[in-house]
Formats: sequence, structure tokens, C-alpha cells
Amino acid sequence: MSNPVTQLLPVLSAHWDDSDAFTLAGYERVGGYQAARAALAQEPSEIIDLVRDAGLRGRGGAGFPTGLKWGFIPKDNPNPTYLVVNADESEPGTCKDIPLMMATPHTLVEGVIISSYAIGANKAFIYVRGEVLHVIRRLRAAVAEAYEAGYLGSDVLGTGYELDVVVHAGAGAYICGEETALLDSLEGRRGQPRLRPPFPAVAGLYSSPTVINNVESIASVPAIVRYGRDWFRSLGTEKSPGFTLYSLSGHVTRPGQYEAPLGITLRELLELAGGVRAGHELKFWTPGGSSTPILTAEHLDVPLDYEGMAGVGSMLGTKALQIFDETTSVVRTTLRWVEFYKHESCGKCTPCREGNWWLVQILRRLEAGTGSPDDIDTLLDLCDNIAGRSFCALADGTSACVTSAVKHFRSEFEAGMHTPAAEQFPYERSALEAVAV
Amino acid sequence: MSELTEQTRLEMRELIAQYPQSRSALLPMLHLVQSYEGYVTPAGIEMCAEELGITAAEVTAVATFYTMYKRHPMGTYHVGVCTNTLCAVMGGDAIWSRVSEHLGIGHDEVSEDGAISLERVECNAACDYAPVVMVNWEFMDNQTPSSTVALVDALAAGDDVQSTRGARICTFKQAERVIAGFSDGRADEGPAAGTPSLRGLRLARGHDDDATAGTGKEVSQ
Repeated sequence: MSNPVTQLLPVLSAHWDDSDAFTLAGYERVGGYQAARAALAQEPSEIIDLVRDAGLRGRGGAGFPTGLKWGFIPKDNPNPTYLVVNADESEPGTCKDIPLMMATPHTLVEGVIISSYAIGANKAFIYVRGEVLHVIRRLRAAVAEAYEAGYLGSDVLGTGYELDVVVHAGAGAYICGEETALLDSLEGRRGQPRLRPPFPAVAGLYSSPTVINNVESIASVPAIVRYGRDWFRSLGTEKSPGFTLYSLSGHVTRPGQYEAPLGITLRELLELAGGVRAGHELKFWTPGGSSTPILTAEHLDVPLDYEGMAGVGSMLGTKALQIFDETTSVVRTTLRWVEFYKHESCGKCTPCREGNWWLVQILRRLEAGTGSPDDIDTLLDLCDNIAGRSFCALADGTSACVTSAVKHFRSEFEAGMHTPAAEQFPYERSALEAVAV
Repeated sequence: MSELTEQTRLEMRELIAQYPQSRSALLPMLHLVQSYEGYVTPAGIEMCAEELGITAAEVTAVATFYTMYKRHPMGTYHVGVCTNTLCAVMGGDAIWSRVSEHLGIGHDEVSEDGAISLERVECNAACDYAPVVMVNWEFMDNQTPSSTVALVDALAAGDDVQSTRGARICTFKQAERVIAGFSDGRADEGPAAGTPSLRGLRLARGHDDDATAGTGKEVSQ
């Protein structure tokens, strides 16, 4: 196997260690806003073609082709078109957009300029979760600097193109990461998903044509403009081209952000991160947040791209690789994740609202070691009645979390009928050693 | 007694002016209410309703949906301990028990002197810094039970506390004002990135911080 260090390819993260990376001066020094200049000299349709042909796929979880999404914006709709950036990073395990916006917010602003121009939007919103004070400061400061420098406003770079950007802070609701719930929230309502169709491209924000993209997707656009379609397609795999941020967390020696072309494996990433923490071994992991079915050591060599993960019954998701070693109780982690889904269910759809409540009741029994013999069947039956029976993917996430855990570790759930999880897997052993003090 | 003034109303109108439709300003306006009142008060709900031309019931429906909007005064320093799965396993549960016991308060409760309020928070997107604690929505990375107890003691004593990856900790009301949309001019404080954020970059640049990294060492199965 080749040395995995050579596989690393910092693009988005390339300048995060510059002390002034988050300022306009720091960004311009490394070529910032040159791509925006180049893009605005072209026709908007050329930018859409470029991003579509490059093969950029959505980095927020679903992997939908970004250029294709842009192409859905109708040309004859009389309403204004909007770009909305989904910066509501909240999927458990996911921690890539926050460091990006903290270190190089101008990369996102430049991506917003190019993307808005491509789809014909004169107003863009960055919907950032509210619980990240300093990220909000950095984003707003970057937008203010961009206005000052003429990158935003009524005459962007002297081209006559007009673009206003608003950094809008949310108020604490995981569901607002779902694109239609985000739109309701941005309209000043409770964040509840909408029925589709109509899709946001036709009737999104204020019932107007709207493109909603994840932070990392939009931030990847300047590099595509700058280095070209062929460069981007030369990275990654045929169906999953390009570079991306992989986030390692949990029982790993050196957790952090590792940017590489799509298709690297967990075995390679773990080597880069110094392996599972000393003296322990891998038990299970999530490829892209808690809503992606968990995998085990048998999947260490599966390419971390959209097809590779789908091929083993999971999803690439947000590339949030949460690593858990052999000390960890799967019943405990599953319960905690489902408690999260119960807390975050918006309450609109009955299967999700009620189903998550019942899942928690059963999982609490199993964690306490007081489960009944039919509890596992009931869990799976509930999941069957939750997944695919609600407006949005939160329901599918909770179901995937439970069914994959039972599939790989059924015996631990069976033990929940007589032995508390904390007895089988003393919880203090999972904690970092430093936490003992 | 409400702290809201005519100035608040003018600031609400500034927020409204940013949006094509006025109601979009409601979330920032509720943050602004908290920056004056410390929580979402009935007077704040009334003012939002008046400025937007919607009913108080419509505002209340929104205010009760989002966890950042509080129904009673928070502490000067609102401390959130992440107890979502990964942080919980890595030590977040132990941090929560210790700090909750130390302060004698639970979730959504405030210390007697009004200095500290506690919340069990969900994933705050800093998993590579686990276990994570938030103070007024500023990151306090890589915490332990004892470091968190020291943290809340320092905050209660009025000491200056620096976020591990952000600015010097301000008050809950000051934080809410920034979140609402009014700058405090402190974006330049703190580093561009913390150590975990830079790990891949440093390896790629040839800064092999650990001899075992990238040497083909087998990952145990």
C-alpha cells in the first residue's frame, strides 16, 4: 500500500494555518477572489456547465449533483431567484463546515458570489446555526469586508452584477439542516419540512426559485473555476470526483480534519491519524454522521465515496467518521442517538414523533438490562413503520441508526434483557484517560 | 420590568430591512429580545408581533420551537455540556455529572447567584475536539470534569476566560446581541484554526507530528 500521506490533498483547508486566514488580506494573498473575477467574465450558463461537467456532488449528505441542481432553476419564472447556503451543521459527528467558516470564511463568500451569478440570484442567505458565536462573527466580518472591497453590493467587481448576502443565524434546531425546514425557518416560522413537490428549485424561499447547497459544496466552487473541470475530475473516482474533508473523531489517536480525494479508505485515514487509540481496537464507526448506518472493521478497505458506501448498505453522508473502540456499548450509543432524534423530531409527522418516543422507551429498558424478549422485534418493527413514512429524512436516519446496530451487534441487544450495558461495558473505560481526573 | 426600549424597536426595524419579507427577521429579533431581557419575555413577544404585524401567538409558536430561546432568565454564563453520543462516550457524561453536582443545578437551571446556567447540548459540530463544552456558544474544547469545574468557578468569580478557539468569553446577553446581527468587532480574536483542524494539512506539508503516522503501520482489526 502506498504511503497514505501522499493521498492527502488540502484544497479547502490549504491555508487554515495562516494566522490571518480569515481576513480579506489573508485570503487575497493566496489568490482569493481571482476565481470570482474569472467567473463573472463568463456567461452564467458556462459556470453551470463547468460545475455539472466537473461532477461536483453535494457535500451535505445526499450527494446530489450540484450543477444539475442549479440547472433545475426555471428560466421563465417571474419571481427572483435565491441562493441559500446550508450552514446549519448539526448532524452528530459532523464538524467540517464549522472549522472551514472559522478559518476561511472568504472561501465560502467567494463560492456564494460565483454560485449566485451562475443561477441568476441577486440575494443570497447563509443560514448558519446559532450556537457558534465566533463562526458567526467571522462570517459577518468576511461579508462586511467583501462589501467594502466591491466583491458584493450593487456593482460586483464593476460588472454591473448586483449581489446582497445576509448571514442569518438560526436558533437551535437540528431539523433546520433539512432544506425545506431551513426555508420555513428562514421565513420566520417553526422549522418543519415541506411536502415535495414542488421542489425548492421551483418554489423555495418565498415560493420563489431557490438553490440550497451545503457550505462545503459552495466553498468547492472557486477551486473548480480556478483549476478547471479536468483537474477536478482527475481526483477521486469516476462517479465521485474531486476532493473533500474527512472528519475523524472519537477513539482515534489524532482526531481532526483530513482533506483528500474521494475514495480514500478508513484504513488509510486511520493510519494518518495514528490509528485507534493505543491499546484498543476498532469496533464500529459511522461513515457520515449518526444517520448513516454503522459499519465495522470488515469495512476498513471500502472506498469512502458515494458508491463505495452505498455498496455496503450505508451512505457517505457528511464524511463524519466517528470511531468507537471495543470498550463502547452499542446499546448505549444507539439509545443516545435515538434520544437525539426524539428531541429533534419537529413533530409534524406521526411516525417520527411517536415512533422515536417509543424507540427511546425500549432502548432505555435494554440499556438498563431490563428488556423483554420481544423488544428487539418491536424495535425493528417500529423502524419499519418510521422509515420512509415521514416528510423528511430524519425518520430514515433514526431507523438506519437502530437497524444497523441490531444487524451488526444483535447479541448486545439480547444481553439487554438481563444485563445492564454499563455492566457489560463499564462506561468509564470508553472515556479518555484524561477525563478520569 | 422590561429592558426593551425604543432603541430595541429601531434595531428590530434594521433587522427587518435586510429581508425581502419582514417575517424572516423573526429569529434574529428573538435573539435581540434575549440580548436585552436575558430570555424571551412576554413584552419581547409583543414587540416582535407589533413590528411584524403578526399575532403574539404566532411569535410564541416560533419562540417555543427553538432550543436557544429561553423561557426564563439564563445565567450570565450559559454553560452547555455536549452529551450527544460521541462526546458522551469520550467523557461528556462524566463532565455533566461532575459539573451538575458541583453547582447543584440540573439541565435548564440557574445557580443561585445567577452566574451560571447549565444545559445538556446536542452535537455542536466540534467532534474532533471532544469532549466539548460551550460557554455562551463559544467553544471550550477538549474538556475534562476537573477542567470544567475550574471553568465554571472562574466564570462565577468574574475572571476573564478565553475560549480555546474563539474570543474572550462575553456575557449571555452580549453573545445574543452578536447572534442577532450586531457586531462587537471581535472577529479577529482567537486563532484561525485549532490543532485538530490542522492535522491533515500539517501531515501533507511534511510536518510529521508523530513518528507512527503515515509509515504504513497496520490498523488493528
